[in-house]
Amino acid sequence: MTDPILTIRNLTVDLPEGGDRPHAVENLSVDIAPKEIVCIVGESGSGKSITSFTTMGLLPKALKPSSGEVIFEGRDVLKLSAREHAKLRGSRMAMIFQEPMSALNPCYTVGDQIEEMFEQHTSLSKAERKARTIRLLDEVQLPDPERIYSSYPHQLSGGQRQRIVIAIALALDPALLIADEPTTALDLSTQAQILHLFKELREKHSAGIMFVTHDFDVVAEIADKVVVMKQGVIVEQGTAEEVLNRPKHPYTRKLIDAVPRRTGSVNAHMAEKHKVMEVLDLNKTYHSKGTMFKPARTVHACKDVNFIVHRGETLGIVGESGSGKSTLVKCLIRLEDPDSGSVIIDGSDIAQFTPKLLHPYRKSIQIVFQDPYGSLNPRRTIGDQLVEGPCNFGENRAHAMERAKKLMKIVRLEEDALYRYPAQFSGGQRQRICIARALMVEPEVLIADEAVSALDVSVQKEVLKLLNEIRDEMGLTVLFITHDLRVAAQICDNLVVMQNGEIVERGTVDEVFGAPKHDYTRKLLSAQPGQGWVVPDIAKLPPVDPALLESPMGAF
Amino acid sequence: MYMYILKRLGLALLVAFTVSAISFSLLFMAGDPAIAIAGENASAEDIQMVNDRYGFDRPIVIQYFEWLGKAATGDLGNSWYFDLPVSDLIADRLGVTMLLGLLGMSFALLLAIPMGVAAAVKPNSLIDRASLFISVVGQAIPSFWFGLILIVVFSIKLGLVPASGSTSWKHFILPTIVLGYYATPAIMRLTRAGMLEVLSADYIRTARAKGLSARKIMFKHALRNAIIPVISLAAVQMGFMLGGSIVVESIFALHGAGFLAWESISRNDLPTMQALILIFSMFYIFFTFLADILNAWMDPRLRIA
Repeated sequence: MTDPILTIRNLTVDLPEGGDRPHAVENLSVDIAPKEIVCIVGESGSGKSITSFTTMGLLPKALKPSSGEVIFEGRDVLKLSAREHAKLRGSRMAMIFQEPMSALNPCYTVGDQIEEMFEQHTSLSKAERKARTIRLLDEVQLPDPERIYSSYPHQLSGGQRQRIVIAIALALDPALLIADEPTTALDLSTQAQILHLFKELREKHSAGIMFVTHDFDVVAEIADKVVVMKQGVIVEQGTAEEVLNRPKHPYTRKLIDAVPRRTGSVNAHMAEKHKVMEVLDLNKTYHSKGTMFKPARTVHACKDVNFIVHRGETLGIVGESGSGKSTLVKCLIRLEDPDSGSVIIDGSDIAQFTPKLLHPYRKSIQIVFQDPYGSLNPRRTIGDQLVEGPCNFGENRAHAMERAKKLMKIVRLEEDALYRYPAQFSGGQRQRICIARALMVEPEVLIADEAVSALDVSVQKEVLKLLNEIRDEMGLTVLFITHDLRVAAQICDNLVVMQNGEIVERGTVDEVFGAPKHDYTRKLLSAQPGQGWVVPDIAKLPPVDPALLESPMGAF
Repeated sequence: MYMYILKRLGLALLVAFTVSAISFSLLFMAGDPAIAIAGENASAEDIQMVNDRYGFDRPIVIQYFEWLGKAATGDLGNSWYFDLPVSDLIADRLGVTMLLGLLGMSFALLLAIPMGVAAAVKPNSLIDRASLFISVVGQAIPSFWFGLILIVVFSIKLGLVPASGSTSWKHFILPTIVLGYYATPAIMRLTRAGMLEVLSADYIRTARAKGLSARKIMFKHALRNAIIPVISLAAVQMGFMLGGSIVVESIFALHGAGFLAWESISRNDLPTMQALILIFSMFYIFFTFLADILNAWMDPRLRIA
C-alpha cells in the first residue's frame, strides 16, 4: 500500500448561522492513494462538493473549515496562505467541473486557456507551451488538435469542452485530480468516452482521483473506493466491491435500492386497446436563412415520425441531445407548427388547426417540464397556479380549488401547500406540484419531458412511482421523454428510439433493450455505465447492524 | 471577422444615407424655405428671386442629390445668418467640441470603470456605498448647476482655473469634469453589474482552480467580459456628448459646435442646422460602428454575422 496523496482528517466545515444544520461537513476523514479513484457519493446537499472545494481552497467566503486537517503532499492546506494554496492549485491539484458549457471563458481560445496553466506555473517558452498544449489536446483524444487549439469554446460541443477542461487539469501532471460530477451534464455516449478517459488517465498519470457523483452506475464503472455521504457526514466507506454489493448502512441501502433496474416493469393495465393519440408522418424542418456570407442550413428535426399511443400506456421516447425529441414534443403540444403530418386526438387532426380551433384541445395534452425550479412562477401561490388552467377553460374557481385539494392528496402533499409559494418546496415536491398542475385540466395525454432528470435518485424513484400509480388509477396515457435508458426501462411499456429526427427502433421495453436491432440502440446500450454490476437485492442482504441504527444518521 | 466588419460597415453606410435624407428634408418640413428667407411679407417677385438663387422650386430629389454631392466634397452651403460657408463655420468650432467630448469621455471612463470594479469586488462595502453615492449625486445634479458651483469654488474663490474661454488646457479642466461626470453614473453602475455577474460565473471558478493570480483573474478573465456592454453604452454617450454639450459649452463660453447649434436654432439658420445634424449623426454612426467592431474583437461569439 502506497502512502496516500491526500489525507483528510476530522474535517468540519461550518455553515453560516440560520442554515438547516450547523455544519456543511462534519468530522470527515478520507484517504486517497496514487492511482486510486475514490468516489464520493451522496444526494444534493450531502456536502460532497464542499469536501472537494475545501481541498482546492475554493470555498465560498461564507463557509469556513473550523477543525480538522487536509494533508496534501505532507502539508496541511488549511494552514496555507491564499497565495501558497493558489500555487498548488492547477500545478499539484486540479479540478474538473460539472458544467462544461460554462466552465470555459467564452472570450479566449481554448488553446489560450490551456496555455495559461504553463504561463502561470512554469517558465516554458511560447513555442514549448504551444507544443505541450497540442500534445495535451491529443492526449484527451480531441480530433485535429491544431484546429481545436485556435477554436473558441462556443465552437465546440459539450463533450469536447469537457475534454478541454480535463486537458487544463492534466496540464501540469497534478498528483491529485478532483472531478465534481464531470459527466452528469453529458450525453450517454459522451459520458462513456469520458469515463473511459478517466480510467486511462489513472494508469498513465499516477494521480489520485477524487470523483464526486450521485450516480451509482458511474461508481460501479470506475470506483476503487466509495465514500457515501449524507448531510455532511460519511455514513459508509469501503472498497467499491464491498459498498456496491454488500452495503451495510441503511442509507446506502436505500440509495442503491433506488437505482433504476435495467429490466422492464410489466404494466398489467394494457388490456384495452383504445387509441388516444396517433401521430402520422410528422415532419418538422428548421431552415436557417442563408445570407450573403453564409450558406443556408436545413435541419430535419423530425422526419416522418409515426406512432400510436393507447389509453393507459406509457410510451418512452429515448434519444440523445439533438435527436429531435424536444422538437417532437413541441409539435405535439403545438408550441411549434409541424410542416406536415397529423396529430390525431379524439378523431381530430390538431396538427393543422388554427389557434382558435386548437383551444379546446389544448387541455387534452399537458406537459411536465425538466426543470422544477424554472417551471413554477415564484411569485404566485401553488393554488393560484393550479387553478389557472381550469379557470381558463371556464371552470368556477372555488370548484377548481376543491379539485386542487384532492389532487394535492394524490401527489402526497398537504392541502395547505396550495397557499404556499414554490420557494418553500424541494425539487421533488415541486415536480409533484407540476404533475398536479398538468392533471388539473384532466388531460388525455401527459407528456413528461425529462421530468425526473434533474432529481436525486431516491426522489426520482418516488416521482416515478407516483406517475405509475396515477397512470394505473386514472387510466392516464403518458409520453415519457428521456435520455436515461434506466429510467425508461422502469416506467415505460413501449419505447421508440430517436436519432437525428427519425425513429430508428420501436417495440416493448424488453424487445428494445433485450434484443436491440438497430446499431444506434446497441451503441446507446453499450454506453451505459456500470454494466458489470448487478444491483443487489436489498431485501436479501443481512440485517442492518443495530449499532448503525443508533447513530443519529441511521434514523431516516 | 473581416466579413463581420464589412457587414457592419455596409449597415453603417445605409444608416448614414438614410440620416442624410432625413436631415436634408428638414429644410422642407419647416415650410417653404424660400418664404423663410424672403420673410413673411415678401412679394411674389422677392420669393421668385430667392428661388432663382437657391433653386428651391426644382424637384426635391434633384436638390437632394445635388446637396449630397456637394456635402460629400465638403461644401455644405452658406449659412443664412453668418453668410459664411457652413463648412468653415463648423470646422472652426468642431475642434473644441471634439476635444471636450474626448476629454469628458476619458474622465468618465477613468472614474467609472475602476469604481465599478472596486464596488463589484466588495459588494456592500464602504467603497461600494461611496461609488453608489457618487453616481446618485451625478445623476441628480443638473449639469448647469454643477458647472456654476465649480466656477464659484475653483475659479472665483480659489482662483485655480479660469472660468471661461478655450485658449489653454486649463480652460478645459472644469468643462471636462462637468461633462464627464454626467456620463459617469450609468457607466459605473453597468460596470458594477457586469462585474458582479461575471465574477460569479463558472469560468471564473475554473480560473481560480487553475491557480491564476488574483490580478490575472480580475483583468484577463473578468473585466474583459464585463466591459463588453459598457463599450456599447459609452459609444452612445460619446455621441451624446458631442451633440449635447450645448449647456456645458454655454456655461464655460467655449465656442464649440454645440454652441453653434444653439445659435443656428435660435436664428432659424437652416443650412447650418442641417449640416450639424448631419455631422452629429455621422459621429453617432461612427462610434456605434466602432463599438460593434470592438465588441466583436473582444467577444468571439458576436463575430457570427
